[in-house]
Amino acid sequence: MTATFLILAAITIAGTVAAMAMRNLIHCVLALTLGFAGLAALYLQLGAQFVGLTQILVYVGAVAILAVFVIMMTQHPTQTTESIFSSFWFSGSLIAALVFAVLGWAIHSSRLPYGIAPPHAEAAVQPIGDALMHKYVLPLEIMGLLLTAALIGAVVLAIHEKRRSA
Amino acid sequence: MIPTPVQQADQIFVTLQHRLVSYLPAAFQSVADVILSVIAIVLVFALLFAVTTVLERKGLGRIQNRYGPNRVGPAGFFQPLADGVKSLTKEDLVPRTADQMVHFMAPVLLVLAAFLAYAVLPVGRNMVLANLNAGILFFFAVGTLVELAVFMAGWSSRNKYSLLGAMRAIAQMISYEVPLVLASIVVIMAAGSLSTVSIVDMQTGYSGIWPHWFLFTPWGIAGFILFMIAATAESNRSPFDLPEGESEIIAGYYIEYSGFKFALFFLGEYLGMFATSGLAITLFLGGWAAPFSFLTWIPSYLWFFAKLLLLIVIFIWIRGTLPRLRMDQLMSFAWQFMLPMTLINVFVAGVWHFMPAGVIRWGVCALVLVVPAFLLSRGLKQGKKFAARTYRFAE
Repeated sequence: MTATFLILAAITIAGTVAAMAMRNLIHCVLALTLGFAGLAALYLQLGAQFVGLTQILVYVGAVAILAVFVIMMTQHPTQTTESIFSSFWFSGSLIAALVFAVLGWAIHSSRLPYGIAPPHAEAAVQPIGDALMHKYVLPLEIMGLLLTAALIGAVVLAIHEKRRSA
Repeated sequence: MIPTPVQQADQIFVTLQHRLVSYLPAAFQSVADVILSVIAIVLVFALLFAVTTVLERKGLGRIQNRYGPNRVGPAGFFQPLADGVKSLTKEDLVPRTADQMVHFMAPVLLVLAAFLAYAVLPVGRNMVLANLNAGILFFFAVGTLVELAVFMAGWSSRNKYSLLGAMRAIAQMISYEVPLVLASIVVIMAAGSLSTVSIVDMQTGYSGIWPHWFLFTPWGIAGFILFMIAATAESNRSPFDLPEGESEIIAGYYIEYSGFKFALFFLGEYLGMFATSGLAITLFLGGWAAPFSFLTWIPSYLWFFAKLLLLIVIFIWIRGTLPRLRMDQLMSFAWQFMLPMTLINVFVAGVWHFMPAGVIRWGVCALVLVVPAFLLSRGLKQGKKFAARTYRFAE
């Protein structure tokens, strides 16, 4: 538990808590982005450059912008007046606590050597690329196909329908 | 081995930094090293920004048959000082309905993101702040922060024009980020590395007097041109300056900024342009390497900045020459021309890798690029009338 880790963890938790607690939806998205950035910084601190930078590229660059666009294109008031606690907060927090307990138990009872791992060489991009292109090439292709299908679907939804005039 | 005077001149800033840091206790040395580099980057590129504003205004003035700034200092070259004092002493206006916090954060985030990109640009031999394993990825990752800053500025101002400008800017940046990244992928394929330093190192050799820049391959030329077009759009410069079209949405997302915050937006935009130009130099133009083998005695950092100034001059030239595009033209150009061409370019880079070296390889690769480019532009032209325009009230 170094000082850097504590600071980054504090930023991440503060960002995500603010994302739940703020009243203005756009503020929530910006706070969530702070949480994403904190998470990316945690990855970078662990030496996982590729994962950390991809986290920034995808979550800060794409997901946050997407969320912002969705909020602005749907006709909702951005400022909520009702309570920020929903009516089912009790069951929600119970489920969250249960999920956390299961995850904690799974991590605790796993065979991985836990504690602070010795700092090893930074996970280079090359091995990741090799693994993706050799061992996991089929899952990669399937994912590419899935994304292409989603892309075509989006275009079909958005395409301008031609009027059938005689 | 004693370094020759040429090597000494080349490494003068590196030696100076080591010298300065060595006076400090060992515990602070690595921190001081980074801080010195950061100070150097901030000073040099802010100065370059000042020089560029003068060059741009004088250059545009020449193109438009007028003088441009010529009053402050010799030939008007101290104009940025006057501009800086002016923007510092101006009142900082914030609209009453604006979101104060976000309105304040936006220019700060923009400049921060713009400066972060310089961390991975090698401006000279051994002169890079962070030699990251995934340097190119870092560059594009911090580039996405700019989009967020632009959105924050446009939304928090509570002004329909600034929101329109922000929407246009984000749509444009997202669309052109795809060809920008795809155009740089060819270099990553050829170099086999995402580190900016090793990409430059691969281009430092010479055959005879000619350098081994990636520009001198069919996919390199195509990649460079596509990259520069996408970079122009990415930095919101003319002819892609719709987000800030003065005549239609009054400077877009930063209408509601005044004084120093406005200057920060200006700075951020120019820094973004320098950074993408710097990446283009790193990827295609050999980084800090000299263009001919007999010119290697000129220090590496001078070459980098000479190339950077050349690209800046081209940017200014284009701005003075081309009219602004329409939104639909911008989008169709990105998705119907740029994207297919970059994908074909990726394919050509693969073919280049597996074919034996020689004239045939050159010819095949060039043909695979030129024919689709010709067909695409012909196909996109179909169904569009290009006749002389008639103006109802201006004849």
